Parts: sequence; structure tokens; C-alpha cells
Amino acid sequence: MERFNQTIEELYREMIQIDSLQIPCRELRDQGMALFREKGIPHGKMEKWRHKAIDTLLVKPDQPFKPYLIQTEPSPYQPIDQVFKCEIKNIGTISYHLLNGWYIHQNKPLDIRDNGVIVGSINAAYQQFPELVSHYFNQLDPEKQDGLIALNQALFTDGIFIYVPDNVVVETPIQIVSLVDTLQKLMIQHHHLVIVGKNSQLSLVHCNDSVHEENSFINNILEINLEANAQLHYYKMENKDAQSILVNNTFVNQAADSRFTSNMITFNCGYVRNSLEVHLKEEGSDANLYGLYLVDRKQYIDNQVNVIHHVPHCTSNQIYKGIADDEAGANFSGHIYVAKDAQQTAAYQINRNIALTDEAKITTRPFLEIYADDVKCSHGATIGQLDENAMFYLRTRGICLRNARMLLMFAFANEIANLVLIEKLRERLNDMIKRRLSGELTICDQCMMNCADKENLIYDIDTTRLRS
Amino acid sequence: MLKIQNLHVSIHGKEILKGVNLEVKRGEVHAIMGPNGTGKSTLASVIAGKEIFDVTEGSITYKDKNIFDLSIEDRAREGIFIGFQYPVEIPGVSITNFMRTALNEIRAYRGLEPLGAAQFLRLMEEKKKIVELQSKLSERSVNEGFSGGEKKKNEIFQMAVLEPELAILDETDSGLDIDALRVVANGVNQLRNPENAAIVITHYQRLLDYIIPDFVHILFDGKIVKSGPKELAMELEEKGYDWIKSEYEQSKLIGK
Ligand SMILES: Nc1ncnc2c1ncn2[C@@H]1O[C@H](COP(=O)(O)OP(=O)(O)O)[C@@H](O)[C@H]1O
Ligand SMILES: [Mg+2]
Repeated sequence: MERFNQTIEELYREMIQIDSLQIPCRELRDQGMALFREKGIPHGKMEKWRHKAIDTLLVKPDQPFKPYLIQTEPSPYQPIDQVFKCEIKNIGTISYHLLNGWYIHQNKPLDIRDNGVIVGSINAAYQQFPELVSHYFNQLDPEKQDGLIALNQALFTDGIFIYVPDNVVVETPIQIVSLVDTLQKLMIQHHHLVIVGKNSQLSLVHCNDSVHEENSFINNILEINLEANAQLHYYKMENKDAQSILVNNTFVNQAADSRFTSNMITFNCGYVRNSLEVHLKEEGSDANLYGLYLVDRKQYIDNQVNVIHHVPHCTSNQIYKGIADDEAGANFSGHIYVAKDAQQTAAYQINRNIALTDEAKITTRPFLEIYADDVKCSHGATIGQLDENAMFYLRTRGICLRNARMLLMFAFANEIANLVLIEKLRERLNDMIKRRLSGELTICDQCMMNCADKENLIYDIDTTRLRS
Repeated sequence: MLKIQNLHVSIHGKEILKGVNLEVKRGEVHAIMGPNGTGKSTLASVIAGKEIFDVTEGSITYKDKNIFDLSIEDRAREGIFIGFQYPVEIPGVSITNFMRTALNEIRAYRGLEPLGAAQFLRLMEEKKKIVELQSKLSERSVNEGFSGGEKKKNEIFQMAVLEPELAILDETDSGLDIDALRVVANGVNQLRNPENAAIVITHYQRLLDYIIPDFVHILFDGKIVKSGPKELAMELEEKGYDWIKSEYEQSKLIGK
């Protein structure tokens, strides 16, 4: 770890030399660095990291240490389509792109629309709207910050800024594509900020993809603020290669009667940790937090959900589901905190997992901390296999073992994808789930039954076209 | 078509079927009757290929093949259909997807092209009429939240889509009102032809007013203790299962 920390010190010195950043970052960098020196990278002895340590992923004990690099300026502009081969294209969104840590644009770092909506680089936004940005930027509780958040504060480069003024319904969803395309060992730290004004509505699709990458480490902060009666649908898609380490720290603040819906979908990854902290700060706010993860081989997905009911009359609902194959691992930690005065809270949580092999390592940790007495709270967690009776029933109709498994897995995963409200995205997701399950998650060799059509699978799900 | 010889089946070491003999030829409809717990469903499950049952003795051949050499799905592809007493609920799998996958796999096994979406939809519409299934039902998840009657109708619907050669219906009539009963019977009768056969397992004689069997067998204590023409069902209804019971016990005594 010492070599790693040394690298961080060097990168920090490098970053404070750079003046292209407009955020009053020097102070933040210094604070972050000081905190990082104190806390360091979280390690396996810490309660929240016990199930899977990140320090030994960043610095592999059995391998020579190769330092991380930070790309200190944006890549030269290239037509987007040459780089971004994102799966989730043409879904009727307007997209904005980040490459190797920087907002990518052609002489237009901020898109300022007629209705007052602003989308673009956080650095540019601060330069142009310092008051607006600094009012919301980095409003994190210092008490709760860990070494990774400190690291981001010390070394962040750029991020997306989205501002929806009061009383604006953004009709076309906004899509952020964060991409890594490098043959270097990059460290990338975005700090994004999203503000949805009073009575306003936004759908946001956020993709983390990789093209070429060599052991990159991505450590993001996303702050979301919903003003009174605002609505945000946040769809997070993760499809990363096996070498990558991705940590997302998402913080949501909700004002009165606001509604936040998130859907975190992870198809492939090396290591992903989605940490989501939602503060229901004013009465009537509502959070719906969904997640789906499909992992295999040696992939690891960690979802840390933390919902804090500060005040009465708020609702929250968590539904996370996942399938782990081979030696893959998955953890779900769901924390519901209900403050003493937060009466009439309704808070629910469900985590369902399917382990396809004995080696797949799944952990689920519900944690309810309730200090109010008039609340409705429930949680349910399961780790199981595919339903034997359902398998049998499907097979008695002529469906082979492999397709029977696929139908059941698809049904299991589909429940979460169906909560996506953007129709084209939902269709694309279902298609991706189908391909993910048939391409990767099933191991033909394990099919002991004599499947008549191993090569030529006729398993065909096309519900959209089948609707009469 | 189906030949069961001296079939002994046990579960967790407890013997349930104790030497069942039964032969079903093409074109025939057989009824199997018997009190609860005598092993009727066990027999259907063993034919379907349920793995928790141990076959300790005897044989089942179907179309001159040893049925135990066929996987569960291959039995279906060879034309066996079981209408289950307790159909399984499968949340998230739509009946449409389910049936399309099943039908196309069966077709592939038989060397036929898969049905295109339009053809398949037409087939579904046609078959839905047979069981008077509401159109919405076919878009719902398999059996999820279905009433008892809907589940049974759904079994017959699946049978109509898959067009089996040998249909085994396990208490498809239980819990049905007269209208539903007629629908179910109608579904079975439509399938009836000189090439196909059916085994109707039932507790009551009622269903046999609509599906007239060629033979009636009474399964008791894991064995077929009496076989006869359709009138046997009437006799059983009149005299009740106690009649079988006392006759059986008597024969046991004489046997000793
Ligand atoms: N899965 C099972 N586990 C244990 N016992 C079973 C199981 N299935 C059936 N049995 C037993 O086998 C016997 C026959 O049951 P079944 O075949 O369902 O009878 P029937 O259909 O004639 O009512 C019963 O005693 C029942 O308890
Ligand atoms: Mg039974």
C-alpha cells in the first residue's frame, strides 16, 4: 500500500499544478488529501469492506506494483461515434460524453438550453455559474467520508453538471456515457452534480462502459439534489471488462414530495461497488431503489444502499436482484435508518439472489435501524437456486434444461428491467439480459441432459413482437 | 403405445406403487380411479420423469422405447403430455413465451421449422377458443395468481397447443364447476383420434360422463386391483371405495 500512497502523493502534486480546473479545487484537494492521508484506502478489516476488500485489488500482493496515471487534460475531440460504441444507443436520449476522466465536447463545454436547462462540464459550469454550483457542490457529511471519497476530492478531474430549473419537465432523457479507452493504467475520478428544481422532472441514463482498458480504477462521486416535488429517474448501466475497478459513490438529497427512482444494472464488471446514500430530508419524499446484477467468472459486484429517513411521512422501497455464476461474487448491504421523529415512515427492502454454482459467493446484509415507533418497515433476503419444480414443469413441456434455466433466469431478471420507464431502454435492456444470460451465464458443458439442440438454440424471447 | 409392467416405485424408502401393470394402445382412453393417496399422481410423475421417485422394479415402454432412457424433455418431444394435478406457478414467464419455446423445441426435435411469430399467434388464438380462455390470460405469467379452474384450463390449453400423442390428465376435473368441466372434456375429446391415446386420472365418475373411457382401472394401495369397461366407474360411484377396499382385503386373505 505504501507504493500506492506514494503514487497518490505524486498525482496530487501533479493535479495542484494544473490550472485548467475552475472549481475552487485547491482547498477541496487539500482537504481531500489530508483526509486520505488519515484514512487511506479502505481495507478488509473494516465492517463495510469485510466481504470483499478493495485494497488488495488496487495493489495485488502477488504482483509487482505498477503505478496509476491520471490523464491531466481532455483527449482531443473526435467524432463521438468512433469512440463510443455504447450498447445503449438510439434509445431516444440526448447524450453527453466523458472520456478518460474528461467531458468531451466540440468547443461547447456547456449546453444551455432555452428553457434554462444546463448540461455540461462541471468545471465550465463553475466558471460560468459559481454561485449555483458551489451551493450544491460537495455537500457531503465529512463525518461519513471514507478514504475513497477523500481520494476523489484530492484528485478529481471533471464531471457532468446537470441543472434543471424550477417547473421544467425535461421531455427527452439525458444520457451520460462515461468511457475508458486507454492502454495505460488510468485512475479516473469524476465528480458529477445533478440538480432538479421545484416541480421539475428528468430522466437520466448513466452508462459506464469500457472499450480498451488496462486495469483502470474509477472512483466517482455523484451528488443529486431534488427540490420540492421534483422527480428524477436515474438509470445506471454498468458493462465493464474484467480488469476494471469501478466505485460509484452516489448521494441523493430529497426535498418535500420529491420522488427519486434509481435502477442500477450491472451486466459485467471486474469489481464494482455502487454505494448509494439517499437522504429523505423533507416530508412526503419517496425513494424507489432498484438494482440488478448478472455476474460470472471472477466478477464481483457490491451494492451498498443506505436510506436515511430524517423526517416523518416518507417512503422508501428497495428491490435488488442478482444472479451469480461460476466463482463470481455479489454483496448487497441495505441499511434503512429511521430517525427518532420520522413517524409514519414506510420503508421496504427486498434482495433476491440466485447462485448458479456452489462456488458463487453471495452475501446479503439487511440492516434496519429504527428509532421511531410508528413505522412500517420490512425486509426480505434470499439466496437460492432456480426453482426445481418450475424447472421440472418447463421440461415436461419439451423445453431442454438449458432453455428452462434461461426462461427462469430471464423471468427473474426481467422484473427489474421492467421497472424502466423509457420504453426503448427497457427493450434494449431485456435484449441485453437475454444475450447476457445465453452468452455468458450458462455453461453448456454442465448440461447433462441430452439437449437436442445445443448448437442451435431456438430459445426465443420476443415479447414485444408477440403481443397481439 | 404405452406398456407398464410390474412397476414398483418408492419415495424416501416408502413403497408407493407395488407392481402396476397397464397397457394403453393408440386410439384408447383409459380412466384410472382410486382413493386419495394410492399413488395415481405418483404414476403420472414417474411417466413424466420426476427424479425424486425411485423405480425399484419393473418397466415402462413408450412407442417401444424404454422410457427411462429418455430425458424429461425428450418424453414430451416424443409426444407425452401430463396435465398436472397441481400445476406450478412460474412468475415472470409469460404463457406466450413458454408455449413458443416449448412448441419450437418440440418441432425442432421432429425436424420441423420453428413457427414464425404470426403463425404462432394464430395458433394460440385458435387453441384459446377450445378452452374458452380469456385472451388476457395468455399474456400473464404461467399459472401465477390463477384460480384453480384457470390452472386446469391452462393445462388443457397447453395440451391443445402441443398436440401430444399420449395425454395423461391428473385430476383435471377436481375443483371445476360443470361449465369448466365441459370445457376441459371438450379439449380432451377434440384431441381424440385413432392415433392418440389418453389416460384420465379422476376421483369421481362425473368427468367420465363427458369423456367416455374405453377402460376403467381402479388403483388401490399401489396396484391396479380391478379393470373393466366404462360401467365399472358407475359401479364404483354407487358402491363407493369401501367396496373396493373390502374386496381387496378379502382377495389378500384368500391369496394367503
Ligand atoms: N414428494 C413426496 N414426498 C413424500 N411422499 C410423497 C410425495 N409424493 C407423494 N408421496 C406419497 O405417496 C403416496 C401417493 O401419493 P399420490 O401419488 O399423490 O396419490 P394420489 O394421487 O393417488 O392421491 C402418498 O402417501 C403420498 O404421501
Ligand atoms: Mg393425485
